[in-house]
Amino acid sequence: MRRFLFWALLCLLAGFLPSAAAQTSAQDSDPGYSLLETLNVDSYRDKGEAITAILQSDDERARGWLQALLDGRLQRTDDGRFVIVLNNTGRSWPVEDALSGEPLGEMSRRELDRIGINNALRNQLRSAIAVVDLYSPNVERRRTSADRLLGEVDDELFDTLTPLIEDAEDDYVRRRLIQAVAIYQTENGEMAGVEALAGSLHPRARVALNRATNAENPAVADAARAALASVEQNLKINRGVETLYFGLSLGSVLVLSAIGLAITFGVMGVINMAHGELMMLGAYTTWMMQQLLPGQPGLALMLSIPAGFLVAALAGIAIERSVIQFLKGRPLETLLATFGISLILQQLVRTVISPLNRTVITPEWMSGSLVINDALSLTLNRLFVMGFALLVFVALMLIMRRTRLGLEVRAVTQNRAMARSMGIRATRVDIMTFALGSGVAGLAGVALSQLTNVGPNLGQNYIIDSFMVVVFGGVGNLWGTLVAGLSLGVINQILEPWAGAVLAKIIVLVFIILFIQKRPRGLFPQKGRAAEG
Amino acid sequence: MSFFESLRERDRVFDFMTPQASTVDVRHGPILYMEDVTVSFDGFKAINKLNLTIDDGELRCIIGPNGAGKTTMMDIITGKTRPNEGSVWFGSRHNLLKMNEPEIASLGIGRKFQKPTVFEALSVFENLELAMAADKRIFPTLTARMTGETRDRIEEVLTTIGLTELRFQPAGILSHGQKQWLEIGMLLMQRPRLLLVDEPVAGMTEQEMERTAELLTRLAGKQSVVVVEHDMGFVRSIARKVTVLHQGSVLAEGSMDQVASDPSVVEVYLGADDEEAA
Amino acid sequence: MTFQATSSRFWLARPFTERATQLFLGVLFAALLIVTVLHVAVPQGSALHVNAYTVNLFGKYLSYALLAVAVDLVWGYLGILSLGHGAFFAIGGYAMGMYLMRQIGDRGTYGDPVLPDFMVFLNWDSLPWYWLGFDMAWFAFAMVLLAPGLLALIFGFLAFRSRVTGVYLSIITQALTFALMLAFFRNEMGFGGNNGLTDFREILGFNLRSSDTRLGLFLASGVALALGYVLCRAIVTSKLGRVCVATRDAEARTRFIGYRVERFQLFVFVVSAMLAGVAGALYVPQVGIINPSEFSPLFSIEIVLWVALGGRATLYGAVIGAILVNYAKTVFTGVMPDAWLFALGGLFVLVTVLLPKGVAGLFSHLRRRDSTYSREASA
Repeated sequence: MRRFLFWALLCLLAGFLPSAAAQTSAQDSDPGYSLLETLNVDSYRDKGEAITAILQSDDERARGWLQALLDGRLQRTDDGRFVIVLNNTGRSWPVEDALSGEPLGEMSRRELDRIGINNALRNQLRSAIAVVDLYSPNVERRRTSADRLLGEVDDELFDTLTPLIEDAEDDYVRRRLIQAVAIYQTENGEMAGVEALAGSLHPRARVALNRATNAENPAVADAARAALASVEQNLKINRGVETLYFGLSLGSVLVLSAIGLAITFGVMGVINMAHGELMMLGAYTTWMMQQLLPGQPGLALMLSIPAGFLVAALAGIAIERSVIQFLKGRPLETLLATFGISLILQQLVRTVISPLNRTVITPEWMSGSLVINDALSLTLNRLFVMGFALLVFVALMLIMRRTRLGLEVRAVTQNRAMARSMGIRATRVDIMTFALGSGVAGLAGVALSQLTNVGPNLGQNYIIDSFMVVVFGGVGNLWGTLVAGLSLGVINQILEPWAGAVLAKIIVLVFIILFIQKRPRGLFPQKGRAAEG
Repeated sequence: MSFFESLRERDRVFDFMTPQASTVDVRHGPILYMEDVTVSFDGFKAINKLNLTIDDGELRCIIGPNGAGKTTMMDIITGKTRPNEGSVWFGSRHNLLKMNEPEIASLGIGRKFQKPTVFEALSVFENLELAMAADKRIFPTLTARMTGETRDRIEEVLTTIGLTELRFQPAGILSHGQKQWLEIGMLLMQRPRLLLVDEPVAGMTEQEMERTAELLTRLAGKQSVVVVEHDMGFVRSIARKVTVLHQGSVLAEGSMDQVASDPSVVEVYLGADDEEAA
Repeated sequence: MTFQATSSRFWLARPFTERATQLFLGVLFAALLIVTVLHVAVPQGSALHVNAYTVNLFGKYLSYALLAVAVDLVWGYLGILSLGHGAFFAIGGYAMGMYLMRQIGDRGTYGDPVLPDFMVFLNWDSLPWYWLGFDMAWFAFAMVLLAPGLLALIFGFLAFRSRVTGVYLSIITQALTFALMLAFFRNEMGFGGNNGLTDFREILGFNLRSSDTRLGLFLASGVALALGYVLCRAIVTSKLGRVCVATRDAEARTRFIGYRVERFQLFVFVVSAMLAGVAGALYVPQVGIINPSEFSPLFSIEIVLWVALGGRATLYGAVIGAILVNYAKTVFTGVMPDAWLFALGGLFVLVTVLLPKGVAGLFSHLRRRDSTYSREASA
């Protein structure tokens, strides 16, 4: 198959070269050298042959050579070496070896001899370069090459590409080629192109259709309008999905940051204003891990999950033992004291590390995005954070429902005195609960380090939102936190394009303030006697 | 007759001048009337089709095992909890289900909580002053002045509850029994028509109990009193009529002896109680 | 603390019969007098001379003290920990700022006779409706009271009606001020966005940069503090004050003896918000700027610390706390700015854990050790 394509291309290039295919002699150790050496002829015909030969060679460097040749940067030194000029401004030019790619320092233009081309060759080269990757054995490269063709097709390429469509092995490449050709046709006001573009989400396709609505042929213009309408419809759906995705992503961040708070607030009635700073500690742990393991951001991130949990949990225990245990039953004082702690932690990070933001590297397997179609691609890091949030939620649910600690925690929540008299050490439960809630904050920080800047203010930015989520969801109810977090995230994203980011946030805050008036105990209130306490 | 014409009739007392407190209509007998009241918390029926009638001036004791719905019943009467079904009337004019706590309180229903709740930061005297029947809106409260009459009234109640000596002490330093009395005293200051008393003798000494019994019996007649109590001895000492609640509805009603001999009551309550005692 | 029931005097006159209030007013007016004398009569260069900068600084402290008194009224006596009082302070400040902006007239950079500079800069062609009337002092000064009062009325009505109390109320008051901060940061709001309102020139015709005007503002702050203090004192010594304390300690019980708790809470909350607004209005001409940072949750929670440090439910404690903390802040930020947040954070922890009754608690503790605790029945 590829062989056939190859021959097709060969014929194209050889179209005005009646001579037979060039034969290459591999005298030099690098077969590339002899390929290039064939370019070193005066006749443009022979040069054409040489170009064909280079294309034939399947040499990975071919594309670079052809591009350089087109740009006039492929040159020959006096001693017969081929170099590529990297920058041909000024007196002496930095060059690299055309074969090995090694930099060769600077050379004066007098030492170099340009391999000249004429207009005919220039056109051939352009077409050849555009399609050269379509023959690559690498599927990915073929696909990117096909992507690049959208909207770039001109008369010559059109002739080149049309026969190739039938023969494209890869489905994706074929669809792209069809689109590329259709865009060209549409721009020329041809009906066939408009029909082929209906339902295509690529922005170039939309540009072409838009232009076609002014086509001379009224039928074509109408068809273009209809196609455009269906495209818009399709885009709307995709935009909706995207909004939902961003909303759920923001929501899962809110859930992550609020769920630890829900535990400490719900179980112990403790308002921990330093919760955001515990998240900050988690994020800085990730940064620290990456400093300790340079070059392995992925491993560092994986290790940060337990480490972040541990660091934040230990900090939590320290806070509980040093302050909160003395303020039992005085929630408002606890709020003030933990706020003081949050100030100290922030300033500590500013003094010890830096007041500036730190960059946490996103490992390769988490960067990039999942492409669904031309209008919709989901960034991987957000997807990971969503999965992580869900995992943390399920884990917490299991801890609360299935473990001894969970049972004791629920007992202490409902009736402290009774739980104590049944032999539950309420103090120990308090410490464990607080450590758990703080640890989860640390996990949230690890996750956040993948989405935002890690700085001393990281916690502050999330604390009010987190409280809103807990209050909205209903205190002491993990499900409520999940539903509240996700729905607030989605609401925020729906409002954002319509109202702007800041106004959206204000609207959400006002909404919650009003909601609390209507249902003071949140979405999922605790009922019965326990709630009165 | 138009409103303006009616203004000229000087021998007539206008509607808006009629004192609010005397609007409780007890001509038909009962001062409190509860019919088919049901409350459920998450599907659990704390009160299940409860019917209860309290006559004007009656002293009624309500007993029942834990979870029988005694406290919830009081919550409904005072407006703290809204029933899912049923009707609650105060006299034959006031539908209590349409009112909030302060409105019900100013109609003349006073409540003493299970756990004594007095205002601990305020003095005994001030506790009584706040409870006193008066115009309880904001500005009258802000500009309120102490008159000789109100002081006499407070002193009178102080004597009744035996806290005259302690009247300038903060209520927080009172003993448990003294707090119970102060709370009853606060109810008296409200001049209620109906007093709801939740476990008035819990944690009291024998002597304090006797005094409380005496206090409650003295109140009955002028006011209607409903006492919820666990202590059988105390109930026996004051009760004329006893209602037994079980699983949110009335199980039996009658004199203490009648109730005590009812086999179903013995089974669910007294029986179990006796076993525990044995 | 003495326990006395309602006296038979007129409610506003009651505070003047109290020893504590007499002492407070005496100390306050003595301080105002001393500063004035040291500023005006003692020549510059003398070690005792108080310069205009310091007078200005003291004036700022006094407006903060009034704000603290307002917070103590709701927190100390009503048990409502408002983490949003900075919002009322800032709104009062903005009302004053709008008046001062209009007083600039055509002397601004762009020389527009009506529009403030930032509106010209944003290419607005007319004043938004809510700026109308602020060129008149009486209107602006009325708004200093009414705007925060109205916000408190609406917010409080909704919150107290549905019995949102305790930490829930604290959290949503914080959300309120946070939302307002975000809103005021927006240029579209018409309050100068990020930069706020500044470059003021004169107030009631007096040049704001002259030291006489500054002394006047300082004295006005002192008098406002005295009036605010007496008003709060009159409220807390009335029967209404005792209803507040009763609500704070046993809300349900207060309802059952027939008080509409939510209305009392609303009344006191609104009064407190108005006092905070006045404090803001006095603060703005003295610092020369009002911007959205006054809405920041950090500032609101800091006010609570002043009250906690001074001692809750004493009113004079709030004044002491506000002055102490802000003096410390001035000193710290001048000498070692990095240490200030450590100190502030540490103060939060120390006060709540070790000094729950604040400095005022220490005073009464010492006094009680000196003299036997006697209580007269002066009912």
